Amino acid sequence: MNGVASGTLPRTLVEPQPEAERDVAAVMPSTTSSATARRRAGAPILVVDDISLRFGGVKALQRISFEVREHEILSIIGPNGAGKSSMLNCINGVYTPQEGSITLCGRPLRRTNPHKVARMGVGRTFQNLALFGGMTVLQNIMAGRNFRMKCGIALQALRLGPANREEVAHREFVERIIDFLEIQAWRNTPVDRLPYGLQKRVDLGRALAMEPRLLLLDEPMAGMNVEEKQDMCRFVLDVNDEFGTTVVLIEHDMGVVMDISDRIVVLDYGRKIADGSPEEVRGNEEVLRAYLGGAEAAGSA
Amino acid sequence: MIYRENGQFKTNYLSDQQILPIRQDRIAIALLLIVAAVIVPLTATEYLFSAILVPFLVLSLAALGLNVLVGYCGQISLGTGAFMAIGAYAAFNFHTRIDGFPLLLSLLMGGACATVFGVLFGIPSLRIRGLYLAVATLAAQFFADWAFLRIRWLTNHSSSGSVSAGRLELFGLPIDTPAQRYLLCLAFVVVFAVLVKNLVRGAIGREWMAIRDMDVAATVIGIRPTYAKLSAFAVSSFIVGVAGALWGFVHLGSWEPAAFGIERSLQLLFMVIIGGLGSIMGAFFGAAFIVILPIFLSQFPAWLGLPLSTTAAAHLEAMIFGVLIVFFLIVEPHGLARLWSTGKEKLRLWPFPH
Amino acid sequence: MGFLLETIIGGLMAGVLYSLIALGFVLIFKASGVFNFAQGAMVLFAALAMARFAEWIPQWLGFESALLANALGFIVALALMIVVAWAVERFVLSGLVNQSGVTLLMATLGIAYFLDGFGQTLFGSEIYRLDIGIPKDPVIVADGWFEGGLLISREDVFAASIAGALVVALTVFFHSTAVGRALRAVADDHQAAQSIGIPLGRIWVIVWSIAGFVALVAGMIWGSKLGVQFSLSLVALKAFPVVILGGLTSIPGAIVGGLIIGMGEKLSEVYLGPLLGGGIEIWFAYVLALLFLLVRPQGLFGEKIIDRV
Repeated sequence: MNGVASGTLPRTLVEPQPEAERDVAAVMPSTTSSATARRRAGAPILVVDDISLRFGGVKALQRISFEVREHEILSIIGPNGAGKSSMLNCINGVYTPQEGSITLCGRPLRRTNPHKVARMGVGRTFQNLALFGGMTVLQNIMAGRNFRMKCGIALQALRLGPANREEVAHREFVERIIDFLEIQAWRNTPVDRLPYGLQKRVDLGRALAMEPRLLLLDEPMAGMNVEEKQDMCRFVLDVNDEFGTTVVLIEHDMGVVMDISDRIVVLDYGRKIADGSPEEVRGNEEVLRAYLGGAEAAGSA
Repeated sequence: MIYRENGQFKTNYLSDQQILPIRQDRIAIALLLIVAAVIVPLTATEYLFSAILVPFLVLSLAALGLNVLVGYCGQISLGTGAFMAIGAYAAFNFHTRIDGFPLLLSLLMGGACATVFGVLFGIPSLRIRGLYLAVATLAAQFFADWAFLRIRWLTNHSSSGSVSAGRLELFGLPIDTPAQRYLLCLAFVVVFAVLVKNLVRGAIGREWMAIRDMDVAATVIGIRPTYAKLSAFAVSSFIVGVAGALWGFVHLGSWEPAAFGIERSLQLLFMVIIGGLGSIMGAFFGAAFIVILPIFLSQFPAWLGLPLSTTAAAHLEAMIFGVLIVFFLIVEPHGLARLWSTGKEKLRLWPFPH
Repeated sequence: MGFLLETIIGGLMAGVLYSLIALGFVLIFKASGVFNFAQGAMVLFAALAMARFAEWIPQWLGFESALLANALGFIVALALMIVVAWAVERFVLSGLVNQSGVTLLMATLGIAYFLDGFGQTLFGSEIYRLDIGIPKDPVIVADGWFEGGLLISREDVFAASIAGALVVALTVFFHSTAVGRALRAVADDHQAAQSIGIPLGRIWVIVWSIAGFVALVAGMIWGSKLGVQFSLSLVALKAFPVVILGGLTSIPGAIVGGLIIGMGEKLSEVYLGPLLGGGIEIWFAYVLALLFLLVRPQGLFGEKIIDRV
């Protein structure tokens, strides 16, 4: 879409803040250090401590430790098969690591179910788009509101009073997300009929509908052209800006990663090989050898 | 030209979420209900009631229940006959053992008992899925077959498992004539169709469909698979149980366990597949098809001058079912209901091609 | 003690017959990932074909030898099963490549209904005799150890040896031949197998033909024991618990599962039955399978199923 090109700021989910507090650079991903400097990182919201994950003989993750501070954007990068998605799956509770511990908002996650982790405030998008193919865009995003809906089955069946009011209230919230992601025209289209880029937005919308404190994005910009990537960057930065949502991002596009991340964690063959600010990682020898392939790598899309 | 939405704007979410947002649809359904509730009882023959309309209505109800489980929640069940049997026999026990127990309550209690067992046999679905679950539901089917034949208490000590419902009375009015039976079934079907439609377009419906489409992703957005699956089994078995009770009380009058055997389970599954998985209309289309096809097959060749024996007709019916199942699964997995809604889409644009 | 042993042996023999049907299931599942609800219908169709052709061919060609009639009947029935396999691939499987397991299961339900109706339209729906010359009188063995000896049916021994030979042949086929390996590749992932040049359609015709052959053998043995009739396809429903127990992907598992189910049914009927009112054979196998599904869904010998996100 052409929001960036026309110079208009996107509508957001809350009242627009005075111009002075909004840094226009936040919507222009190509400017770097001002975006990073502005962000107010808080206490650690997620602590990953000595995690090891094995599938039979395959070691997916070996003794990984890092922490994510509240309100920051952290990127996890690394070659294919390095264990990045597995790391997110461990945080989500889909996989249970054999060793180590994960602490979320001060509470340790021990053999939990994914839905409990979700209810603790963790949202997730998927590399391979795990959308609900039989439902429309609206229904997919409304599904993200489900765990907040309280009316029981009997009330829903009769669809009187409280059930109606609840449905309408959540519908309003979801419509604001739809506006934010600019997918109004497709709200009643079954998602499996949408082009890939729009499906990715629906995936993001569904995660946002959960109002998460921590948002895990697994290659949200894979397979997109430059314009679509700019739009997606804009959405991610806006979400982080307006709601303080902490973002953990897996991404291969180094330009994007260097521009919007506060910190970067680099994985290779299941081990962590670097952890620091974009400048530190860019200069790290081991990272250059394993992944970036030399000094001229940074900046290539 | 006729079926256009021009000028029908929705100005709030409540009206956008109506069951029938298009005015033409509302008019059509209203007309259908008037015909069904007023004109048909006055004009239809006894044959039409007992051979076509009542079975159609009761089987639609059962198919509606099964569609909730298979079509919306994606959990396959080959044991539907067992739950109909539980509903029928439970209702029978309440009706005959307790003097003066209201008919309506008996039927609903039949549904409630079926719900209890539905949830019980739904517990395996928390650990297994797909074809493994299908085999587990077969266990329910065969166990029920045996139980109603051998456990004397369940059938009020009838030696062959066959029981009879006797005289039916609703709020003091007798339910004797075919027209009265038909109206009773019609009332149940309309009420349940509205309730299910409400569930399906609400939060629980989205949970069921999420579990059906991608259950791991569903858990990651906070949906509890236990609650979603067991609620699907519960709602589905309640409806199927009530349908079973109606089948026994209103359609058959007296019945035995074989009325609810595996052939019934498969027949219901076919209704749901041919009619359309995951669609309310689909239950009705499927039931209509299954009720009308055998009658068609037994009358039609005679019109052409080639009479078919009943066994030959039965075999031909089996062959046609088989071909149609495969046809629909390949060509239009969403069944007759999808063909219907595609037709309506074209009608929206008519007479323009696009 | 003798009675217990007889019951067990009787159960094992019945189990072998279940295994013969289950073998067909396992073959098809192993090689195409399809749970073939139509296996019972295939058994019935094959048995009907053989019984009727064994009856008609001597009449058409005018000879008396029962052995020749049976042999020709077998060959014609086998040819018919290959045609069925081709038709299934052409009209059903090719339209459903890479669909979910549940969709394929429902498609095989459709095939089952079609074969039931078609078979009985072609061949008739009465009970037909199938006599392949197995001596039907039982044999008494071990009368030195047990009083009166143990009663063993020779038919069942014959069935058991055939089943054993089939298992060995099929296991060798799957593990040692190129075709066998291709079949296992197809079972793993249809699209991947296609992308390395395995001709999916032809493989499926081969598999379903072999399964048809196994169905014919099973039908022949069941038919000579019980007579060829419609209820044969319902008996085949019993084979589902067998494959659940043994593991859907294991050929030896089909045999072991069948033996356990057969034995379990007989024992439970004799010892548990009187407590519960009798007739528990109709659900025992299924409840046993259900318990297995909750505890060990891959069965005794099957492969564990892992879900990747």
